[in-house]
Amino acid sequence: MTNESSTSVMQAERPLYRRYVTLQSAFMKTLCVVFTLVILGILASISAYLITKGFRYLSWDIFTQVPIPPGIEGAPGGLMNALVGTCILIGLASIVGIPLGMLAGIYLSEYSARSWMSAPLRFIADVLTGVPSIVVGILGYELVVVPMGGFNGFAGACALAFIMIPIVARTTEEMLRLVPNSYRDASIALGATKARTILQVVLPAASGSIITGIMLAVARVAGETAPLLFTALGSRLLTLDPSHPFPSLTVQVFVYATGPYHDEQNLAWAGLLILIALVFVLNLSLRLTVYRLQRHRPAGM
Amino acid sequence: MQETPVKRPTMALRPPIPRERPARTDADLARRTPKISVSHLNFYYGAKQALADVSLLIPQNCVTAFIGPSGCGKSTFLRCLNRMNDLIDGTRVEGDVLLDGEDILGPKVDVVELRKRVGMVFQKSNPFPKSIFENVAYGPRVAGTRHKSVLYEIVEKSLARAALWEEVKDRLDDSALQLSGGQQQRLCIARALATNPEVLLMDEPASALDPASTSRIEDLIFELRDRYTIVIVTHNMQQAARVSDRTAFFYQGELIEAGSTNELFTNPTRKQTEDYITGRFG
Repeated sequence: MTNESSTSVMQAERPLYRRYVTLQSAFMKTLCVVFTLVILGILASISAYLITKGFRYLSWDIFTQVPIPPGIEGAPGGLMNALVGTCILIGLASIVGIPLGMLAGIYLSEYSARSWMSAPLRFIADVLTGVPSIVVGILGYELVVVPMGGFNGFAGACALAFIMIPIVARTTEEMLRLVPNSYRDASIALGATKARTILQVVLPAASGSIITGIMLAVARVAGETAPLLFTALGSRLLTLDPSHPFPSLTVQVFVYATGPYHDEQNLAWAGLLILIALVFVLNLSLRLTVYRLQRHRPAGM
Repeated sequence: MQETPVKRPTMALRPPIPRERPARTDADLARRTPKISVSHLNFYYGAKQALADVSLLIPQNCVTAFIGPSGCGKSTFLRCLNRMNDLIDGTRVEGDVLLDGEDILGPKVDVVELRKRVGMVFQKSNPFPKSIFENVAYGPRVAGTRHKSVLYEIVEKSLARAALWEEVKDRLDDSALQLSGGQQQRLCIARALATNPEVLLMDEPASALDPASTSRIEDLIFELRDRYTIVIVTHNMQQAARVSDRTAFFYQGELIEAGSTNELFTNPTRKQTEDYITGRFG
């Protein structure tokens, strides 16, 4: 036995020291519990405030009517145009952003082992994940809106897709890297090509966590306002044509909340509640899907 | 005090050659055509040479065991036989490997086709995170079989040959990961058999299993011998003695000695082989 360890054993046997250690441990635990409760409390009170405030102004009209300008009978109308617009924008952004992001992620994880492209690509993706969304908005304005000759929904979807791609790419890469190489070896040894191995073994093995990553990206862009202000602009009309200025829930809420009319401010509260509910439902339904997909997964994946 | 040098009783330390699973006789081995013939094979990981001038014949419908200490190149050699080393960057191979007289190392060889003919079972059992059925059906599906009834037939036959059918026939849709370690390894064998290979490569297939499961795998190897040409890498000399007809001893990237298992374990011609099988090193 070395001197060092015998000293610590002796220390541990001293009653005062032992009481100090026990106290320290209890203090640490209390600290963690208290702050968890504080944060939970803050979150709960914010949610409660939002729900009570929004719920009061929630009505069927919100889902069935388009905005009616102040002063006209029936004002302020509803948010139907914004709801439809947000769904279409998220859909368009996902159609572009998810496949592109996933393909980039697959390239990074499966094909780029010795390529000079992998390190710069990974770095750029990391930087892009952290770019403030206002930057994406201005860029979208410069690169899409100006050449196209006006604000439109496609430009908005592009901006949202641009935010999604790096998030989806990096999550896909990270999750594919967690798939054990033994799966790849087994598939290759059975005569499968690399493409087939990726599509039928590697991707399914990581599907649960990749879907969670995609989900986070969708939830993130569902709440984006700044990129849409400069691209889709927003609209008071119900439209299904993204080649014109296009409505979205977030921009509508922003405009109402900063406007002078009480009716519209109240509508903004209801809009917020709907936005939160939308993200919540999306999250929940995907989690359920993942849960069903994961029946054959090893624990922890 | 004066010490007298002790003479080590080498015979007593040799692994016993069991009789319950009789190996093929020397005359039988000599009569068989080589399934795989390897000549002057060199293999490099980057600048490091892992195999030096290895020449070996692997007879048809026999079990050939590769033994040797860790890092001796036996697994590398095994992986040359279905070109799994292609997956590792910076490797280089020289020499000839012929399967039924046809070159398999050339750039024009269809490796996908090769790997269907030369199946492989890995050290660590690696079933896919799919159902038992889907695991076995994977190879046939890759090969283009679509009909459910044909697939089911193949799955049943392969699982039966891997001595697993009776244990899993009522739960083919359960996850393969719910099986025990030994069952998982037999599932991997069934999965390899499902593509109807001619050669089965086994890289230490029982090294992670308990004695009972190991024994089942060894029984299985013995039963499969008549249908397939089997090559097994093993750390365990007793296992080589129990299951193989021929044994090849590798040391530091070279093939030191190859011969019938009986001969190699009772009467090795090279000193290194003698030292290894009597447990003086490795």
